[in-house]
Amino acid sequence: MLALYDYLIGPFVEFAFMQRALAGALLLSVSACPVGVFLMLRRMSLTGDAMAHAILPGAAVGFLLYGLQIVPMTLGGLAAGVIVALGAGAVARLTIQKEDASMAAFYLISLALGVLIVSLRGSNVDLMHVLFGTVLALNNDALSLIGTITVVTLAALAIFWRALVAECLDPLFLRSVSQLGPPVHFVFLGLVVFNLVGGFQALGTLLSVGLMMLPAAAARFWTSRVEPMCLLAVVIGAASCISGLLLSYHASLPSGPAIILSAGVVYIFSILAGTRGVLATRVRPTAHRIA
Amino acid sequence: MSACVTFEDLTLGYNSHPAVHHLNGVVRSGSLTAVVGANGSGKSTLMKGIVGVLKPIAGGCRVAPRVKLAYLPQQSELDRSFPARVVDLVSLGLWPRRGLLGRHRIEDREAVAKALSSVGLEGFDKRPIDTLSGGQLQRTLFARVLVQDADLILLDEPFNAIDARTVTDLIGLIKRWHGEERTIMVVVHDLELVRQHFPEALLLARRSVAWGDARKTLAPENLLRARQFHEAWDNDASWCAPEDGRGDAHAHDGSGKQPPQAEQADRGGAA
Repeated sequence: MLALYDYLIGPFVEFAFMQRALAGALLLSVSACPVGVFLMLRRMSLTGDAMAHAILPGAAVGFLLYGLQIVPMTLGGLAAGVIVALGAGAVARLTIQKEDASMAAFYLISLALGVLIVSLRGSNVDLMHVLFGTVLALNNDALSLIGTITVVTLAALAIFWRALVAECLDPLFLRSVSQLGPPVHFVFLGLVVFNLVGGFQALGTLLSVGLMMLPAAAARFWTSRVEPMCLLAVVIGAASCISGLLLSYHASLPSGPAIILSAGVVYIFSILAGTRGVLATRVRPTAHRIA
Repeated sequence: MSACVTFEDLTLGYNSHPAVHHLNGVVRSGSLTAVVGANGSGKSTLMKGIVGVLKPIAGGCRVAPRVKLAYLPQQSELDRSFPARVVDLVSLGLWPRRGLLGRHRIEDREAVAKALSSVGLEGFDKRPIDTLSGGQLQRTLFARVLVQDADLILLDEPFNAIDARTVTDLIGLIKRWHGEERTIMVVVHDLELVRQHFPEALLLARRSVAWGDARKTLAPENLLRARQFHEAWDNDASWCAPEDGRGDAHAHDGSGKQPPQAEQADRGGAA
């Protein structure tokens, strides 16, 4: 029993940096996972990936001017993400090009620009830091930033829930009864950027999208309603964070990949064992109902 | 009889090619109109124009103030893989009443249940929408229109790929709405169905060929005239002159194919 305590609870009780890491990661799960569910349901899973790259040049400019400081890098990332999201969204809505193509174009430009800017100053170690984050070195600024993002995200989700669901389920219907369709789309893209920026301090630009998408993708295999899917994604995200941090602590692994790989394990398990997964849907049932 | 929708020299289209051309007329409040015509004659485009999702190239389409509108599109953008139940989809129809934030009350839930039973889907409320058959989905969408409680109902080819019994049920619903003094426009291909069940019809061939009493509108000479219209876009069609736009001098419309009576039939329908 005691060994179990030492293994599972001890690190979080003993070390302040582990407590901060846990708090930050749990807050991120609560905030990013429901956003990921909607990204997935809107078939925009790869958009999250693209956006995660898109915030790089902004973060890099902050890094170039102020060094490794959370606030300038975050604000820069936010600005870059919003520019790319609005730009890609506007091209998709105002021209014949669809959103996947415009998003790809914008994020590739953005990513190249970001790598270029980072290379102007730091070494490769710095670049790694920006790309892969440092959940074990969250300071108070970073924590309060993540807290703010969580509150804003949950509030926005609560307010726009019905419109978000309607936009996903039947966009033409929403347009026929309300003017909210396009604004809701942009509010949603804003939330995606916001959460990726929050995640990038903890997990880095490349992995923050993992915490957003993997729990959502895993939750899809267990339920066929949106509300439980969001809750389940949050639970999976939080469990992955705890497990990843413990793995990172005990086996001296980098924390970001440990968290994402934990979520990956849950995802693969869900594919196989989920109530809507492979085993449940592919195995021929032995009996069927009469109607 | 007051006007519910007024078309004033309405031209709708894509890339400056008209799909609905210089349409004039009035849809009376409480009327039940079938919109007929060949593929590409502008029926769906007209619906989109009334809803407002397509802006006119020229002219205007006025829906009377404070008219609540319900629209069932031909090509629904409904995402059937979305994790929603029948009751969730039908509850979307509460939007005009409750909007973004208004709580769904007990009477709202009762309205949804009543709508489901009106379309013969009692007991389906918890079913995921990706398990519905085509006919069941169409019944579900009719239930949503019921819940919307609209004054103007636009149905774009609601009977496509629907079995005879379901068509009969849905026609029954449309007649019920007609009895409740709602204004209804339905895009239909089955002319026999129109003759049987619809008091009025609008025959479109990009422009209005005839509009009025359904049987008269669907008379052989009108149908023949509608058939003479050619569907393909002529990329190099000359520009429609703003001054004599309503005359018969349309080089791109096949000049001379439309005798002046057609215009009169328009006005006859509007009167």
